[in-house]
Amino acid sequence: MLRIENLSRPWLHPVSLKLEAGACGVIMGPSGSGKTLLARAITDLDPNEGEVCWRGTARRAVPAPHWRRLIGYVPAESGWWADKVEEHFAAAPDPAALIAATGLDPRALGWPVARLSSGEKQRLALARALQLAPEVLILDEPTSALDADSKERVETLLMEKKRAGLTLLIITHDTGQARRLGDVFWRIEAGRVMEGLS
Amino acid sequence: MNPASHYIALSYWDVAASSLFLFIAAVLTLVLKLGLARTIAIRAARMVAQLIAIGYVLKFIFTATSPWITLLAAAVMVSFASREVLGRQERKLAGLWRYGLGPSAMMVSGALALVYALTVLIQPQPWYAPRFALPLFGMILGNSMTGVALGLNMITEAIVREKAAIEARLLLGRSRWEALRPFAARALRTGMTPIMNAMAASGVISLPGMMTGQILSGTPPVEAVKYQLMIMFLISGVVGIGVIAAVFASIWRLTDARHRLRPDRLDAAK
Repeated sequence: MLRIENLSRPWLHPVSLKLEAGACGVIMGPSGSGKTLLARAITDLDPNEGEVCWRGTARRAVPAPHWRRLIGYVPAESGWWADKVEEHFAAAPDPAALIAATGLDPRALGWPVARLSSGEKQRLALARALQLAPEVLILDEPTSALDADSKERVETLLMEKKRAGLTLLIITHDTGQARRLGDVFWRIEAGRVMEGLS
Repeated sequence: MNPASHYIALSYWDVAASSLFLFIAAVLTLVLKLGLARTIAIRAARMVAQLIAIGYVLKFIFTATSPWITLLAAAVMVSFASREVLGRQERKLAGLWRYGLGPSAMMVSGALALVYALTVLIQPQPWYAPRFALPLFGMILGNSMTGVALGLNMITEAIVREKAAIEARLLLGRSRWEALRPFAARALRTGMTPIMNAMAASGVISLPGMMTGQILSGTPPVEAVKYQLMIMFLISGVVGIGVIAAVFASIWRLTDARHRLRPDRLDAAK
């Protein structure tokens, strides 16, 4: 179980929530309400207070790099540090298969990052996060730049991963996607987290 | 005495006559209405005043040959160089760190190399003789100032502008040092570029200034080359160590023990 207790940071009221292992939680809420801040606090990217536990392991008890390998996070805007796509997949045993699973041409590995569309970046960022086989994956608007077919392909991939044991926490504005994927729902308004969809 | 090795003194008239060509350039800008004559006049007058003043200051310091006066002069040089390093930075570390980090990287590595050169290599009597210590320190400091300023600028800019890329590396479970390695490498390369270029060009494209000066004052060329090689090794070593220290200390300060980026520890861009 992913257990969050009194997690807070500037512009975010203390959050407590529980997500069963293998379930898919969905967080919705207007832009600027604190969804991304919450995701960044869980993965410890910004200074924050409170505790997060995954399967009995307290976040503060493990080094941050180890924690981020357990709890993956794909931000809405992905960052790229090298010129070629393949340079971002050094940890993957079979990067082509990962990329193909998102519905992209596996030859994308040889493409320059500068050439990628925002939809291609979004799917490659997802494949990149999956290469370390995290146990929990937090996704910030994972299909916002995708057409209907690609979106369906990504949702199918996420459901496959979920059946294989991956715990998901998805931030989305897409109510249809929330209903298709989610088991538990939260909404954030002005930095406060509430259970259920409005 | 070797006829090739004697020093020819200049009179103030010679110096004044050497400004002939600058004078012609200034008149030309007046005639062509380029609006530069005033600037040329002010800058030339400023240069004359500064250099004559420093000539008398050095004359006093050399005559005194006191360790305290030498140290004081070195401290003044360090404070000017530190101001320059700070002034060249787009984003400065918040609080007192800005003074502690870049300037001290430059000062510590520069001072160590200077003491090494004086006590092990040149060995003047006394070892702190200002005639040797101050010109060497000036050359070392001037170059490491440029390198440290470039390297610091590069790494702080990367931490602000490449935040998403660095965090993508952190999110893949890399430590702060691993996550920032490509950006640190870029900053080191940038900081070291001027001195690396100077090493590659010296003797082929340009005759280094110190060597030229020694040759003009009568030192045999091969002896002048030895001095030049020594100073280039010292300078490039100090630049290398100073830039590495400044870049890694900045990374340490701009990240925290939880391997997070802390751009909040920088002041806003100027």
